[in-house]
Amino acid sequence: MTGAITIHSEQSFLRKVRQLNWGLMVLITLVACVGFTALYSAAGGNFSPWASKQLVRFCVGAVIMIAIALTDIRLWYRLSWPCYVVGIILLIAVEVMGHIGMGAQRWIDLGFMQLQPSEVMKIAVVMVLARYFHSATLEDMRSIRFLIVPCLIILAPVALVLLQPDLGTSLMIVMAGGAMFFIAGASLWIFGIAFVAVAASVPVTWHFLHDYQKQRILTFLDPESDPLGAGYHIMQSKIALGSGGMEGKGFLQGTQSHLNFLPEKQTDFIFTLWAEEWGLFGGLVLLGLFGLIFLYGLWISTRSRHHYGRYLALGLSVNFSLYVFINIAMVMGLIPVVGAPLPLVSYGGTAMLAVLVGFGLIMSCNVYRDSKVTRV
Amino acid sequence: MKKNQDSTKIFTRRSLIVGALQVSCLAILGGRLAWLQVSQGARYRTLSDKNRINIKMLAPSRGQIVDRFGVPLAVNNQNFRVLIVPEQTDDIQKSLRALQNFIEIEEGDIQKVLKQASRSPKFVPLEVKDDLSWEDVAKIEVNLPDLPGLSIDVGEIRAYPYGVSTAHIVGYVSSVSKTEVGKDPVLTLPGFKVGKTGIEKKFDLDMRGRHGNSEVEVNVIGREVQELNRDDSKAGKRVVLTIDGELQRFSQARLDQEKSASAVIMDAHTGAVYSLASSPSFDPNIFTKGLSAAMWEELLADPGHPLTNKAIAGQYPPGSTFKMVTALAALEAGLITSHQTSFCSGHYDYGTGSDRFHCWKRGGHGTVNLIDALTQSCDVYFYEISTKVGIDKIAAMARRLGLGQKLDFDLKEERPGLMPDKGWKMGRFGEVWRPGETIVASIGQGYIQTTPLQLAIMTARLINGGYEVKPWMTGYVGDRPSVDTKWPKMELNKWHLDLITKGMNRVVNHEKGTARGSKIETPGMQMGGKTGTAQVRRITMKQRAEGVLNADLPWKSRHHALFVGYAPVHKPRYVCSVVVEHGGGGSSSAAPLAKDLLVETQKRDPAATPLQLEKRA
Repeated sequence: MTGAITIHSEQSFLRKVRQLNWGLMVLITLVACVGFTALYSAAGGNFSPWASKQLVRFCVGAVIMIAIALTDIRLWYRLSWPCYVVGIILLIAVEVMGHIGMGAQRWIDLGFMQLQPSEVMKIAVVMVLARYFHSATLEDMRSIRFLIVPCLIILAPVALVLLQPDLGTSLMIVMAGGAMFFIAGASLWIFGIAFVAVAASVPVTWHFLHDYQKQRILTFLDPESDPLGAGYHIMQSKIALGSGGMEGKGFLQGTQSHLNFLPEKQTDFIFTLWAEEWGLFGGLVLLGLFGLIFLYGLWISTRSRHHYGRYLALGLSVNFSLYVFINIAMVMGLIPVVGAPLPLVSYGGTAMLAVLVGFGLIMSCNVYRDSKVTRV
Repeated sequence: MKKNQDSTKIFTRRSLIVGALQVSCLAILGGRLAWLQVSQGARYRTLSDKNRINIKMLAPSRGQIVDRFGVPLAVNNQNFRVLIVPEQTDDIQKSLRALQNFIEIEEGDIQKVLKQASRSPKFVPLEVKDDLSWEDVAKIEVNLPDLPGLSIDVGEIRAYPYGVSTAHIVGYVSSVSKTEVGKDPVLTLPGFKVGKTGIEKKFDLDMRGRHGNSEVEVNVIGREVQELNRDDSKAGKRVVLTIDGELQRFSQARLDQEKSASAVIMDAHTGAVYSLASSPSFDPNIFTKGLSAAMWEELLADPGHPLTNKAIAGQYPPGSTFKMVTALAALEAGLITSHQTSFCSGHYDYGTGSDRFHCWKRGGHGTVNLIDALTQSCDVYFYEISTKVGIDKIAAMARRLGLGQKLDFDLKEERPGLMPDKGWKMGRFGEVWRPGETIVASIGQGYIQTTPLQLAIMTARLINGGYEVKPWMTGYVGDRPSVDTKWPKMELNKWHLDLITKGMNRVVNHEKGTARGSKIETPGMQMGGKTGTAQVRRITMKQRAEGVLNADLPWKSRHHALFVGYAPVHKPRYVCSVVVEHGGGGSSSAAPLAKDLLVETQKRDPAATPLQLEKRA
């Protein structure tokens, strides 16, 4: 008998593998393939320098994702705080010894890759909040005193990321955190108070913004006023998208991108390249794939029998969708230019890894949806 | 447990709200995408094309200028240039130094390239040296592997194979000046050249051709990525001249033996010009390569005025070559006959004897009739008849024969000359014409100014049976003939014209003729003509008394020597006019020159071959 090992109805490895969300993995792979195609095109029909590296990173990331998904969720529950603390330490470290990149300090060179602590933080914040709200009662969620700690959990990394300075990422963390509050059942009036507080702090924040950040917002408000200056990127991106038309210019035929009118076509503006070459059809297919992934995450979260799994899965899914929305809205000129990549598609090692780790955790919520998660 | 269920219920509700929000956000993005790509698609497509398409002009090939046999007088030679593209070499200076090992480059040129390189984008080719010889091109081509960033490029450069010989006819091209930059966008092409003088200027627009366009795709910094569309340029029209290139070369060389001279050879019946030479000349090829200021100054300072085409712009008193005009005016007015004679004592006293006009021959010619007077160029005979005819009739005849006016010739440099009469003097000076001035005018002195071209036309009209020919030089522009050569017949008495022709025949072929020394001995090629010596300044009584010889005077003060001739005498075809500036006497320097030209012309006989419209194989 192997009863001693299977106490607490532990699942067999095979069963766990069967519980992996293969459908979700197919969707993720399809989106990643869009990325490979676009990167291949961005390099003028070459696998180097981007598509090949991205492919390798995706494969490595996928293995890590599956490993995480198969790891008992209770381990992740226990590791929530340590992850968060490590993330905070890394953020501080980056302030102290970070390299200069794009005018802001954001990287830690690990030798084999450049680690972006803010990426770690995006996941860690969701994990810690999920853990914190896991044991909360409805009354707790209505008490301001109970919610002070999660507010601090959010604001500590936000403050550090702002120092970098990276307005976009800090806003993302705030929004992801806010979403966690909402999911966990925080009273709606708390959001009202938060909204008023944010509105009141806008003039103060404006004062502390860097010039380039102010410029980005001003440019967003009137992009065509200065077509060769700061509004240039938005204008060119819109021209690229618009000129793609219904059917697109065809694979490798995106003139705007290939002639370098499009800035950072392999990272932030990869959606533009995709939609210029594949048109409305290609754009909608990609949006549809993202939509299915969102819904998949939602479905996993509702299947979980414990709060930690629910909050974690939905929180990470929302986090992912926020990135998608912000990036695409930015390249379409709906919101100011913020340095946000399109998850799974844009070229970038850390971002790819972070997204796949996130999906690993989401799938872990599915595999271990029936586990009993108790406070330790 | 109930609490847990409650919070689960809240979670379920809120997760559905989250899902709905996510879907709405996606819908908004999808809608925005559709708006950009469908509703605004056309607008953005235009913007995108504007972004990437650059229209580049392609220079047209300039039309050739050829002589009557199709021999090129102005062509486009390949111009080999060596270029450097800075981005294709690690060290531009090193590449240029390496190039110096193979061909000669001045230090200043290298510094110029380096300076340009620092100011222009790295992909823009810079010219290091142009007009390379074949040897240099070969040297560079062979060593290209050792010359990173360097390449050979072929352009076109205008060249004039006949050089100095045709400089005054063909003219030259040079860079566009600021005032010329007008509507034709082709003028803005770097290195584009336009005609400045001669045929090059006259038919500049025809020969210029039409520029082509090349639509090139460029990237954001303007580098050409690929050609999308090409509309080739259209070469300019070919201009066929009536000139005989080799005859032109001959006459230029012959004229160059004199210090300053010009000559016209043309067809007596059609007016087609076979040769139009002016000496000294210049090499038009130096203009296309860029003329240095020093060379330009030198050309301007030359006392022989090499830049002036004296055959059409040089204005000289016709001297005795004008005597045919005076004679014909008197004959047509019915005031003289062929038998009527005058007595030449060496001078002519007008009126009460206060004004004495000398004949060129001190002892006088004795009794002479019209033919004798022409043959020996007796001045007194013409003094006498001019007082009967009067200046207005003489002037009118001169104009009928083509003097003192522009003749609508193909070259804009043509000058009108001057044929004075009573009205002209009143208008010009507000003074009455004095009879003495008529006497001076009768032998082509005084105010009268003519060009060698006009003298040639005058001769042609006298000996071609009285047809009003005009000079022309352009046979075809493209395949369009430029002149209709059916000239109207002038109302002149054939008998009178024959008298004049007989006189001109005797000038050369009679033992007393002033140009007897220039007689052409070759049977069938004999020429007729008339000598002329034009005073540049008045001969003073003192000089006349002391017998000062013209040859002793400073060059600038010597007489101009003129000759107008035609050949062959039995069946006139070619006419020729020659002016040797300060050459002394018509018979001593102009007539021998005309003889050489007419002999050569008849040997080549350009009139026997019609104009070649097609290119020679």
